[in-house]
Amino acid sequence: MSAHSTAHETMDYADVMAQFEPVIGLETHVELGTNSKMFCSCPTAFGADPNTQVCPVCLGLPGSMPVVNRMAIESTIRMGLALNCSIAPWCRFARKNYFYPDMPKDYQISQYDEPLCFNGWLDVTVDTDDGPKQFRVEIERVHMEEDTGKLTHAGGATGRIHGADYSLVDYNRAGIPLIEIVTKPIVGTGDLAPQVAKAYVTELRNLMRALGVSDVRMEEGSLRCDVNVSLNRPGADWGTRSETKNVNSLRSVERAVHSEIERQGAVLTSGGRVVQETRHFHEDTGRSTSGRSKEQAEDYRYFPEPDLVPVAASIEWIDRLRLTLPEMPSAKRARLQAEWGISEHELSTIVNAGALDLVEQTIADGVEPAAARKWWTGELTRIANDREIELVDLPVTPGQIKRVEALVADGSLNDKLARQVFDGIVNGEGDVDAVVAGRGLAIVSDDSALLAAIDQALAEQPDVADKIRGGKVQAAGAIVGAVMKTTRGQADAAKVRALLLERLGVSE
Amino acid sequence: MSITDSDLERDLTHQDAAVLARAIAEGEVSSREVTQAHLDRIAEVDERVHAFLYVDSDAALAAADAVDAKRAGGVALSPLAGVPLALKDVLTMKGVPTTCGSRVLEGWRPPYDSTVVQRLRAADIVILGKTNMDEFAMGSSTEHSAYGPTHNPWDLERIPGGSGGGSAASLAAFEAPLAIGTDTGGSIRQPAAVTGTVGVKPTYGGVSRFGLVALASSLDQAGPCARTVLDTALLHSVIAGHDPHDSTSIDAPVPDVVAAARKGDVRGLRIGLVKELRGDGYQAGVQQRFDEAVAILTGLGAEVVEVSCPHFDYALGAYYLILPSEASSNLAKFDGMRYGLRVGDDGNNSVEQVMALTREAGFGAEVKRRIMIGTYALSSGYYDAYYGQAQKVRTLITRDFNAAFEKVDVLISPTAPTTAFKIGDKVDDPIAMYLNDIATIPVNLAGNAAMSLPIGLAPEDGLPVGLQIMAPPMADDRLYLVGSALEAALVDKWGHLLIEEVQDL
Repeated sequence: MSAHSTAHETMDYADVMAQFEPVIGLETHVELGTNSKMFCSCPTAFGADPNTQVCPVCLGLPGSMPVVNRMAIESTIRMGLALNCSIAPWCRFARKNYFYPDMPKDYQISQYDEPLCFNGWLDVTVDTDDGPKQFRVEIERVHMEEDTGKLTHAGGATGRIHGADYSLVDYNRAGIPLIEIVTKPIVGTGDLAPQVAKAYVTELRNLMRALGVSDVRMEEGSLRCDVNVSLNRPGADWGTRSETKNVNSLRSVERAVHSEIERQGAVLTSGGRVVQETRHFHEDTGRSTSGRSKEQAEDYRYFPEPDLVPVAASIEWIDRLRLTLPEMPSAKRARLQAEWGISEHELSTIVNAGALDLVEQTIADGVEPAAARKWWTGELTRIANDREIELVDLPVTPGQIKRVEALVADGSLNDKLARQVFDGIVNGEGDVDAVVAGRGLAIVSDDSALLAAIDQALAEQPDVADKIRGGKVQAAGAIVGAVMKTTRGQADAAKVRALLLERLGVSE
Repeated sequence: MSITDSDLERDLTHQDAAVLARAIAEGEVSSREVTQAHLDRIAEVDERVHAFLYVDSDAALAAADAVDAKRAGGVALSPLAGVPLALKDVLTMKGVPTTCGSRVLEGWRPPYDSTVVQRLRAADIVILGKTNMDEFAMGSSTEHSAYGPTHNPWDLERIPGGSGGGSAASLAAFEAPLAIGTDTGGSIRQPAAVTGTVGVKPTYGGVSRFGLVALASSLDQAGPCARTVLDTALLHSVIAGHDPHDSTSIDAPVPDVVAAARKGDVRGLRIGLVKELRGDGYQAGVQQRFDEAVAILTGLGAEVVEVSCPHFDYALGAYYLILPSEASSNLAKFDGMRYGLRVGDDGNNSVEQVMALTREAGFGAEVKRRIMIGTYALSSGYYDAYYGQAQKVRTLITRDFNAAFEKVDVLISPTAPTTAFKIGDKVDDPIAMYLNDIATIPVNLAGNAAMSLPIGLAPEDGLPVGLQIMAPPMADDRLYLVGSALEAALVDKWGHLLIEEVQDL
C-alpha cells in the first residue's frame, strides 16, 4: 500500500479550490420497490428473519434458473424515461463473476455493455450566495442488477471479513432488484461539487419516489452511492480518480466529495500522486480509508447471461410506460411556486427542507398555504433536525396540521401551545386532541379563572394596578405577563388585557 | 402379451415402454410387477454395468402402487403410466441425492424437483433412480465420473459413451425401458450410438432446463432415451413444452413427435448428407453401415443429396471455448459455502482458502481443465479473441444449417466417428476424447434437434453404430418421421431390434 493512500493529511477546502478543479461522478444503486425479487417470486419485505425469504433461485441452488421480474424492467424503463434516456430496443443481462460468500451463485446477474437505458440527463439546483443555480447532470446509463446477500462478521476488530471469528450471511436480500444509475463525469461545478453531488442524489430520490419505483428508505440501506472524485489544475487533463464506496446518506454524499477533495488536494500539493483505488467511507469520521487499488482489481469476466432471453422493449411498450410517468419533480416545483406565489428563495427553503410534497398535501387537506409552509419549514423541520431524521419520516400528518390550525383559529391553541402539540405527537403521545388533553394545553378561556388570576396579580403588584388606574395603560403589560405566567401560557393575552382593563374601569 | 412365471423378469424387462404401458393400462400386469422386475434386474446386473449411482426401490414401488391404485379406481392413465425410467444424475429430484457425478455435490439432496421430473411424475412414470455420468457432463465415456466408470453392456471392457453413459447403459442392459439424458455436445446421442439405443436431443428450448444442473447453459438440453423410436417419442412428448421457470424455453406448441413416430415415412423427403461429417477420422465399419443406411433411405423413397456445411470444421474449436467459458461461471457456485462438500473449515483457513480447498478436492481433472480454459477465455484482454470469436463461428454454423435446410428437410451423418472404445484408452488424451463429439457438436451450437438411432454393428468389432438425423429448430417431428421409417426397415431386414443382439449379462 502506498504512502499516499494512507495519508491522513488534508488541505483546507478553499485552498484546494484556489488551485484545482474537481470532476465528480456518481454511481447510485437503489433497491426497487417491487413486491417480489428480480428473478424469483420471493418477497422483498425488509426486516424478516434471516434466510426466510429465499428459494432455490435466489439461493442459486444447482439447476435453478432466473426469470426476469417484469415490474422491475418497467420500473427501470420508467426511471430511464424520467431521466431523459434512450431505451435500448434489445439488450441482454450479463454475468459478473467473482467469488464471495454473499453471492449465492458466485456471479451476479447485472448488465454490462448493453444497459437498458442510456444517454440521459437530470437538472439539479443548488443554493449559492447568489441565489439558486442550476446544473445539468448527464446520465451515462441506467441498468438493472440483483442485490447480494448481507454478511455480518462476528468477532475481530474491524467488523470486516478479515479477522472475523465467523461470518453470518442472510440471503433475504439476495436477488432484490437494484437499479444502478451512472452519471457521466460532472465538470464545471467548481467549489459547489459537494452540493451538486448531494442535490443530484436528492433529486434522484425525489424522482424515484414520484415515480413510485422505490420508496428509497435510506436508513434501511436501500440507496447506496459510489462517489468518484478527481482533481486537475485548470486547463490540464483530468486527474486520477478515486472511487469511494457505499456512501449511504445524502449528507454523506456531500461530505464524501468534500473530504476527498481535501485529501486529494493535500496529496497533489505535497508532490504526491493520487492512486486509482477504491476507498471506504466512514460515517462516524466523515473520512475515507484506502481499499483495494486498481492493480489488485478483479477481472469480473463479464459475458452475456445465457440463462435469460434478451429484453426487447417494443416502442409500444415504452410509449405505454411513458404515459404512466407522473409530473416530474422539477415541473412540479415550478408549478407550485407559481400557484403559491412565493419567491425562488422561499421555494428553495421548502425544497431543501424536503417539505414540498408535504406542504402540497397539507394545502390539499384545506390548510392555508402560509400556515402549511410555516409548520413544515419551521417547527417540524427543527424537530426532524433534532432527531436527525428526514422530514417525511416524522410521524406528523397533513390532517394533524389541519386540526392544529383549526384549534388555533378557534382560540383553543396559540402558536406556542401548537408547537408543544407537535412535540407530543412526535413523542408518541397520540393524536392532536390526545396531546392537548394529555398535556392540558388548551387555552384558558374561562373568564372567572382569568379574573381570579388577574385579581391575584393586581394584589401582588398594587403599584402597577394604581398606575393603570391612573391612566398609564401601557403598564398593563406587567399584569398580563403575570397572568400568562400563572396560566403557563395557556391564555389568550389579548383577552387577558381586555378583562384587566374592564376590571379596572379603564379604557384604551 | 403372454407372461410365464419362469421368464417373467426377462419378458417384462425386454419389452418396449409402449407395450408395457398398454399392458399396465389393460390390467395384464401391474406397474408394481413391472417395476419390481426392473429393480430385480438392476440388482442382478448393475454391479457389472454400474449404470446407476442411486436406486430408490421404496419410492419406485410406492409410485408404481399409486399407478396401480389409480387404474383400480378407474382413473384414465397417461400413455406411459407405470413404466419405469432411469434419470441422469444431473436433474434435481426432491430429496434424492444429486451428484452430477462429482464429489463436490456429495450428500446434497435438492429441496425441489426439476421441471422434467415434475412432468415425469405428472405422467405417472416410475423413476427408478439416478444414473452415472461424466462429472458435470464433461466427457464422452463416463470415465470422468467421480464414482467410477459405467460399462457398456455390449462389452463390459468398453465405454458406454458419455456423458450420459449411465442412462444409455441402463437401456442396453434392460435395467430400464426409458431414460432421461442431457446433451450439451452429444451426451445423449453418442452414448445412444455406442450402446445400440435411441436418443434425442430436442430443439434448444424444447424441454425446460429448470432443475438441470447447468454445464453450458446455451448448449444444454435434456432429452428422451429409449430402445425404440416410438418409445423415445412418447417420452419426448411427456417432457417437452414451455416452462415459465425457464425463460429460454420456447413458448410454442410441441411438434407432434408421437404421430410422426407412428407414421414413419420418408417418401418424397429430401435428406442431406453432410459432406464435412464423414470420411477421414471415421471408422470404416461406421462408414459402411452409414452408407448402407443411406441406401435403405433411398430405397424407401427419400431423395438423398450431399450438402456442404463448411464451418462445421470449426465447430469443435468454438465449442471448446464456449462450453468451458459458461462452465467456468456455472460451476463457480460449488464453493463449499452452502451445500455439498466443504474442505478446510477448521477455524484457521480464510473463506477464500476454504473455497479453494473445497474446489481442489471436489472437482476432477477434466472439470478443472475446463474451468481453467473457460476462465482464461473470458478474461479481460482475451475475451474478444476467444469467446467473442467462438460466438462468431457459432453464428456461421447456424447459417450453414439454415442454408442446408433450404435445400433439404433433414441432414444425416454418423453419430460418432467410432464404435465404443476400451475403458482407459482415451482418458489421458483430452483431444482424442473431444473428437468423439465432432459430429454431434454442430447441432448444439445451432440449437437444432437431432436423433441417434442404431443402424447395425461394425463388421470389424461387432459393436453398434449410430446414425444421426438433424432437423431445424422446432421440427423435432421430422427426426421421428425419418427415424421410425429407417428403424422399421432395419427391423424388417434383421427380424428384430438391434438391441436384441446384445450379450446376455
